[in-house]
Amino acid sequence: MKATREAYGEALLDLGRLSDQVVALDADLSKSTKTSLFAKEFPERFFDVGIAEQNMIGIAAGLSLAGFVPFASTFAIFASGRAWEQIRNTVAYPSLNVKVCASHAGITVGEDGASHQSVEDIGLMSIIPNMTVLVPSDPIETKSIINWAFKYKGPVYVRLGRMGVPDLLPKDYSFDTKPYIFKKGKKIVIFATGIMLWKCLEAIELLKAYDIEPTLVNIPCLKPFPEKEIIEIVREHDMVFTAEEHSIIGGLGSMVASTLSRSYPMKVSFIGINDKFGTSGKPNDLLSFYGLDAAGIRDKLLDNIK
Amino acid sequence: MDDLLLREHAKNIRHLIIEMITSAKSGHPGGSLSAVEILVSLYFGGVLNYDPKNPSLESRDRFFLSKGHAAPVLYSTLAEAGYFDKSGLDTLRQLNSPFQGHPDMKKLPGIEASTGSLGQGLSISVGCALGLRLKGLKSHVFALLGDGELEEGQVWEAAMAARQFKLDNLTAIIDRNNLQIDGFTEEVMSLEPLADKWRSFGWSVLELSGHDFDQIVPALLNAKKRDDKKPLVIIAHTIKGKGVSFMENICDFHGKAPSEDQAKIAYSELKECDEQ
Repeated sequence: MKATREAYGEALLDLGRLSDQVVALDADLSKSTKTSLFAKEFPERFFDVGIAEQNMIGIAAGLSLAGFVPFASTFAIFASGRAWEQIRNTVAYPSLNVKVCASHAGITVGEDGASHQSVEDIGLMSIIPNMTVLVPSDPIETKSIINWAFKYKGPVYVRLGRMGVPDLLPKDYSFDTKPYIFKKGKKIVIFATGIMLWKCLEAIELLKAYDIEPTLVNIPCLKPFPEKEIIEIVREHDMVFTAEEHSIIGGLGSMVASTLSRSYPMKVSFIGINDKFGTSGKPNDLLSFYGLDAAGIRDKLLDNIK
Repeated sequence: MDDLLLREHAKNIRHLIIEMITSAKSGHPGGSLSAVEILVSLYFGGVLNYDPKNPSLESRDRFFLSKGHAAPVLYSTLAEAGYFDKSGLDTLRQLNSPFQGHPDMKKLPGIEASTGSLGQGLSISVGCALGLRLKGLKSHVFALLGDGELEEGQVWEAAMAARQFKLDNLTAIIDRNNLQIDGFTEEVMSLEPLADKWRSFGWSVLELSGHDFDQIVPALLNAKKRDDKKPLVIIAHTIKGKGVSFMENICDFHGKAPSEDQAKIAYSELKECDEQ
């Protein structure tokens, strides 16, 4: 088990060793976002800007203008919320080569509660033109995504989590923005992003008792949204579910529904945060509270299949 | 220093500013006119190292217009410097024009960053100065900020960072024209004691007349020679709408175009000024 933020810290360190173009920024959370690993080995290429996320994004923009590839990290709520307009106007509008790698996304931040639980960041980042929005599901995918983001020229938002996640994808997995069919089933398809791939996989184990075998598809790239591939997958199924540790407004569910409404209309059932703020609690208790754990996902499917 | 030549450039640039804003029927004349001598000093006073034929020259100095609404002064200065032809300037703010209402770095050469949303240019400048230093380049970074813009909290985040990172390759210039959209800065949201604020943030501070080449050019040239591990701010005292009598110190001309008739008066005033 390893949090995607930890895999990010390791991947960033590897990139730092690979290229002296890589610089990292943090806003006083380097121990939590794991940019501390990079900072320790490359202090001259690491900039802690203090508790000033808007300034961090501006400085990252300036570093990219000087020819570097900046990776800027803080919690998702502050990166996507506090610094939204800086990302929109200074980074995305001129399509600067800045990577915003935001940790502690979703409710599994846990005890810190609603003020620190970002359930809106996918929507906030996806609505900005020129942005690429990526959500790794496990440590393996995180490393592949970070390497991809380094090679890609342009602004990228990467959504990372605090909670430990097992390795799910094959060791030789290589991220390519397309949906990844994790498990082939029948009749029902679940599109999942981030930590929900893991939770859906657990739910599918529980659903075996009901003779239900959904297809499980990992969606690591929320923007550009892989519309064509999603429709192709949906065509082979009768029911569509989406699962995300994010508001059902503006996230994966909205994007799947929007995609289908335009070229293959059918009902979509959303598993996610239903227009609510988070709350304090242990990560696993919160997943259960919001119906995002294995039992909650199972029940949601059973309710809709009836 | 050929003061006459600088004044000739300033006159040309003021003329272009009035022309393009009149043609667009919208834009920001006041804060463009107040910054003319500052930009002329940078681009024609031998301060900035730049090459209009090679806008991405790595060793160039960088100029960031944080007060992006003063786009007309930047466009006309870059045109005067040879980055592009003056003939397109009359398309300012029109559909499909590269001369956007606020500067778009993707649409024109010589524009170092897309600005317009106030308060962000100093952060960009800090990042760029850090990057240039990391690369071992001797290039200097200049940022021009409006005084009203200093009301944005992010400016002071950047001010702290510039001091923390000991950026002596960074100079901020404040266009201190005392006016913002809703009135005098001191009435809307007081900035004074402004020099003390910057000093307390760990910056070296220089105050001068922002319309006097004999003061601006030497100050900017000296600014490039620092190695005192401190950022420098130059508070340039200016007159909003400078050079056009009916615009000077008039708040309304922050973001209003002159009429065709007013433009004619403005041109004649610029000409008279030149003859004096």
